[in-house]
Amino acid sequence: MKVVLENLTKIFPSRTKGGKEVIAVNDFTFEIPDGKLIGLLGPSGCGKSTTLYMICGLQKPSSGKIFFGEDDVTELTPENRGVGLVFQNYALYPHMTVKQNILFPLQNLKGADKMSKDAMLERAYEAAKLVQIDELMDRKPSELSGGQQQRVAIARALVKMPRVLLLDEPLSNLDARLRLQTREEIKRIQQETGITTVFVTHDQEEAMSISDMIVVMKSGVVQQIGKPQDVYDSPLNLFVAKFLGTPPINVFNGKVENEKLLIGGNAVLDVKGVSDQEVFVGIRPEAFIIDKQGPLECKLLNVEVMGRDVSIVSSHEDSVNPIIRSIVDADNLKEVAQESVHFALKPHKVFIFNKDTEERIYVGNEKEKVEADK
Amino acid sequence: MANETMMEKDMQKVTAKQRVIRIISLVLVYAFLILMALIVLFPFYWMLNSSLKSLEEYRWSIPSLFPHKLRFVNYVTAFKAESLSVSLGQLFVNTAYVGIVSTILSLVVTVLSAFAFARLEFKGKNILFAGLLATMMIPGELFTITNYTTVYRFGWTNTFIVLIVPFLVSVFYIYLLRQNFLQIPNELYLAAKVDGTSDIKYLWKVMIPLSLPTLISITILKMMGAWNSYIWPRLVANDGAHSLITNGLRNAFTDTAGDIDYPVQMAAVALVSLPLFLVFIFLRKYIMKGVSRSGIKG
Repeated sequence: MKVVLENLTKIFPSRTKGGKEVIAVNDFTFEIPDGKLIGLLGPSGCGKSTTLYMICGLQKPSSGKIFFGEDDVTELTPENRGVGLVFQNYALYPHMTVKQNILFPLQNLKGADKMSKDAMLERAYEAAKLVQIDELMDRKPSELSGGQQQRVAIARALVKMPRVLLLDEPLSNLDARLRLQTREEIKRIQQETGITTVFVTHDQEEAMSISDMIVVMKSGVVQQIGKPQDVYDSPLNLFVAKFLGTPPINVFNGKVENEKLLIGGNAVLDVKGVSDQEVFVGIRPEAFIIDKQGPLECKLLNVEVMGRDVSIVSSHEDSVNPIIRSIVDADNLKEVAQESVHFALKPHKVFIFNKDTEERIYVGNEKEKVEADK
Repeated sequence: MANETMMEKDMQKVTAKQRVIRIISLVLVYAFLILMALIVLFPFYWMLNSSLKSLEEYRWSIPSLFPHKLRFVNYVTAFKAESLSVSLGQLFVNTAYVGIVSTILSLVVTVLSAFAFARLEFKGKNILFAGLLATMMIPGELFTITNYTTVYRFGWTNTFIVLIVPFLVSVFYIYLLRQNFLQIPNELYLAAKVDGTSDIKYLWKVMIPLSLPTLISITILKMMGAWNSYIWPRLVANDGAHSLITNGLRNAFTDTAGDIDYPVQMAAVALVSLPLFLVFIFLRKYIMKGVSRSGIKG
């Protein structure tokens, strides 16, 4: 079931009289392809949860339309849309057993959808098996671990066989190891069931690792939509570039003169076709190559050895952040001098942004595919 | 080596001293608690003691701490006494009827209003709730006269209605339950909404089971209140047929000369206290919870 959002907008009236109203989601248009897993990504307050709640039907859009397939569901209540929703804090009914929790949505079905007791039980066990909790059916939620509770919540959302599965920060309450495990689990369940899934998170790594496509949002406005790798490789603006990637991208104040990119007066890269101007330069941590003759000289602060990689922490007076973090091959370490380090740059990992609009104006080795993403 | 054993001895001395202090403080604490318990329990003991005496022994100028002869017959007399306008059994039935009906109705009112104040959105909700809370500032006695005028005009005196209706709504219980409802995470409600649960079903299937301890506390407190109420029933229902137990006992067991048979009256009081005593023994966990919460209200 594809999901189409058409000019979706949500405006919250101000709480105080005469105060400013809040535009939580602004003119969001997007078509979620059938059977895909979409990650809605952004910092808190960017409108991603509001978008999810609108798809779900818990909040009414101020304007715009929502379609499931060809059906306009904008005016429908949640139970009539056929959606399953999973919350960050699981929202299991604490006084019911796992079985009763999973059965609960089925017991609410009315009219033609009404099921016999045996059919309901069968469905509940099917859903439980899918998330591998069929051994725990008679336990209470308080007797389960966080990961198991989350599985129960997913089973409860799936048992109605929803047309769309919605996940609101489903991993945020889990510890690091469980988070990895559960996100793979979610991916597996999604692929097995083929249900179109929308996944809200503020954790870019989480979104990148399991989504077929990600939507990056900021203050209610969609910044970029695309496959995770494509968005990472060619961010459309500085916000997206800064939001994706760990360690985060390093930003410098730079200048373009005669088609050369200057940082701190040194030409670090040829940039064909860019007119002379002041710019922001975004350099991915993996773009740095240790090179004695490299044009970018930074003050060395610290070298962190992390086994496979080495992270070099340095500083530069034109850097926007106090430290620059670069990840280099452990082999090149001997090239690092005592006080300073020289870098050459991989061109396709360097982005140039307009100083005012923060839109990207250049990426090294930019290929045609970038155009297709827009 | 010698030094070390010295130190060990010192350490032992210290711990021995600490132990003595701890034992003394423990003894003091328990002595205090026992004293307090005695003060609380003594009236109960005196009630039982008196209820088993003969009237003659009861009138001794130096009361005996233990009856010379146990007169269980006093209890039988209490039940059979003709001086009561209605039998003790009838009073029990009246009180139980009023207690149970008013508790059930009160629970319905409390649950529904707490739900509205905790869950529903409507205009003036907060002002209305603040207004209700403000009524808690007025001592109940102040209502008595206006309430009396009201029920008198309605012609409700000497009915059961008058004992039940005026106290159906307890702002305090509504407040207590509303706070409890508010603690239930919003996501449970949203999850139920997504599954197509109606408000009433959500209330019944989720909120009430989750608030059961509070509801039990309210039930017990309300029952106790009905059982113990005195002023209001005395005022509005004193025809005998609708009298409650506390009022029935007031002038009972008086002979023609105006003498009160105290041992028999005490036996009746003991019988009347019994149900509450049993309730307390079996449900004290919930009563304590209800009372300790009511302490928080400030």
